[in-house]
Amino acid sequence: MTLQNAFDIPRGPGPLRRALRLARREWGAALACLFLLAVALGAAWPQLLTGYDPVAADPLAAQLAPGAAHWFGTDHLGRDIFARVVHGARYSLLIGASATVLAMVFGTLLGLIAGLARGLLDEAISRFLDVVSAFPDLLLALVLIGFTGPGTVNLIFALGVASIPRFARVVRSQTFVIAQSGYVEQARTFGLPRWKLVTRHVLPHAIAHVPIMATIGLGTTIIGSAGLSFLGMGPQPPAPEWGAMLSEGRNYLRNAWWIGAWPGIAITLTVIATGVIGRRWQAAFEGRRG
Amino acid sequence: MTLGRRIAGRVLSGALVLLAAITLAFLSVHVAPGDIVDIIVGDQIPAPEVEAAIRAEWGLDRPLIVQYLSYLGRVLQGDFGRSYMLQTDVFPLLTGQLLPTLKLTAAAFVVAVVFAVVTALLTAHRPIGGRIMGGLELFLVSTPSFWLGIVLLYVFSFTLKIFPVAGDRSFSALVLPALALGLSLGAVVAQVLRQSLERALEEPFALTVRSWGAGEGTLRLRHALRHAAIPSVTLAGWLIGGLLGGAVITEQVFGRPGLGRVTVDAVLSKDIPVVLAVAIFSSAIYVTLSTAVDLLCLALDPRIRTGGR
Repeated sequence: MTLQNAFDIPRGPGPLRRALRLARREWGAALACLFLLAVALGAAWPQLLTGYDPVAADPLAAQLAPGAAHWFGTDHLGRDIFARVVHGARYSLLIGASATVLAMVFGTLLGLIAGLARGLLDEAISRFLDVVSAFPDLLLALVLIGFTGPGTVNLIFALGVASIPRFARVVRSQTFVIAQSGYVEQARTFGLPRWKLVTRHVLPHAIAHVPIMATIGLGTTIIGSAGLSFLGMGPQPPAPEWGAMLSEGRNYLRNAWWIGAWPGIAITLTVIATGVIGRRWQAAFEGRRG
Repeated sequence: MTLGRRIAGRVLSGALVLLAAITLAFLSVHVAPGDIVDIIVGDQIPAPEVEAAIRAEWGLDRPLIVQYLSYLGRVLQGDFGRSYMLQTDVFPLLTGQLLPTLKLTAAAFVVAVVFAVVTALLTAHRPIGGRIMGGLELFLVSTPSFWLGIVLLYVFSFTLKIFPVAGDRSFSALVLPALALGLSLGAVVAQVLRQSLERALEEPFALTVRSWGAGEGTLRLRHALRHAAIPSVTLAGWLIGGLLGGAVITEQVFGRPGLGRVTVDAVLSKDIPVVLAVAIFSSAIYVTLSTAVDLLCLALDPRIRTGGR
């Protein structure tokens, strides 16, 4: 056997083919990824997908059924609904993602502190979380908005605060388990300083679940933000937020179903996509852990 | 631990949560930036006599702890203060709207539970049925209840004209709101229930029951379901919370009277006394219902009841 032969192992398929093969096996997740990419594109460069202005009224073209000129039809003011749905992606994704990140950061911090400190501080934080979760999420957000007033930033704040306990609880119990595990014990016997122990050995494992939870929770947050915007607590008109569009569409249901239909479909598909990806990720994660 | 102590423990912890909720409501007024009179009065400019009334009502010239205790005492007596925006006392305002909301919540609860139990019983360990229902559940879980409500309205009220479009006059007006609210939450319960039912059907006791010659229906209905219900009963608290929150939006979609409309109006106009009362009210409902369900759980699971393994 020559050296030449040793390197002559059959080469695997190229990256593109490998991706295609993966996509065929995981077609659900692949489809979800594609859809979310499209939504993200709509959020980042809506002008790429539509030429219409989402807020420009055109009374002459009011309540047109879906057709060649207006793919999704037009609303009661003659605004193009496709343009509004595409531009609306920015609100839904921005609000959903910001609120989730807010909850993720503060929830993780609270959970870490509670899990590491134990004792009285842990007790205090845990009881506080219990009380906050005793309010239904949506009602808690509503009460917060009662103080701050409606608006995009206030909505993000309210939704984010309402979801903090979800993250804090999981991170706390994970931290608890890991801080007591054998390898941390061993690292401690090596005389590692506490901050190093925490940042290098506890933290990475304690927060391993957090991005997955965030992906799955993103759907819930998007539904929550659409619901609160539906009630008028979110971005104010004429902003093309999906929930707010649905609430306008509800009033025109009798003669123009399409005003309410498309934003609703957009919400459902986006939430399904995040859910599918989140669960697939979770399954992969748990499979790797054994 | 005896059953009596367990029950007492549940009730006590429920009461503690409620106390904490009232405390948070009290503190939020004091922590929120701005003068308390301005916060209570909302966006209007208070007349001097209104300001004096608020100062007297909240006892703002007394120490904080006295204010807190008197607030607590008032709330426990059902005195939630006065809405200066609506020129009315808050408590009768809320109790007057309580019944329609409780009706909706109860009906949606029934829908959710029936949907979950029926789909789980029919589709556990059935490859095709399970996949179809799994897809439907994913759809329902991902669909906001108000959007489902709009679809139901369009199909059954505007097109088929079976159910009324709005209001709360007859039983038929309750059907669509309860479906909209109950199905999206019931789908989550169904997912959990089916999983645990499938696990229960693989347990040794299922084999035993089968070996008696019992039919599949008997096994599922009489033996496995009760076993499988326990993990989903822990979801009940979440379910009740979701129903209470979702009811606010569902009432808006279907133009129903109820706490939801009061809440939304109060939040949009920054009518803080009403907002706080709604928060305390709903956490009281939540705590009461979920404690009741916890106690029901005790009745369901002999292992917890006897304090065994």
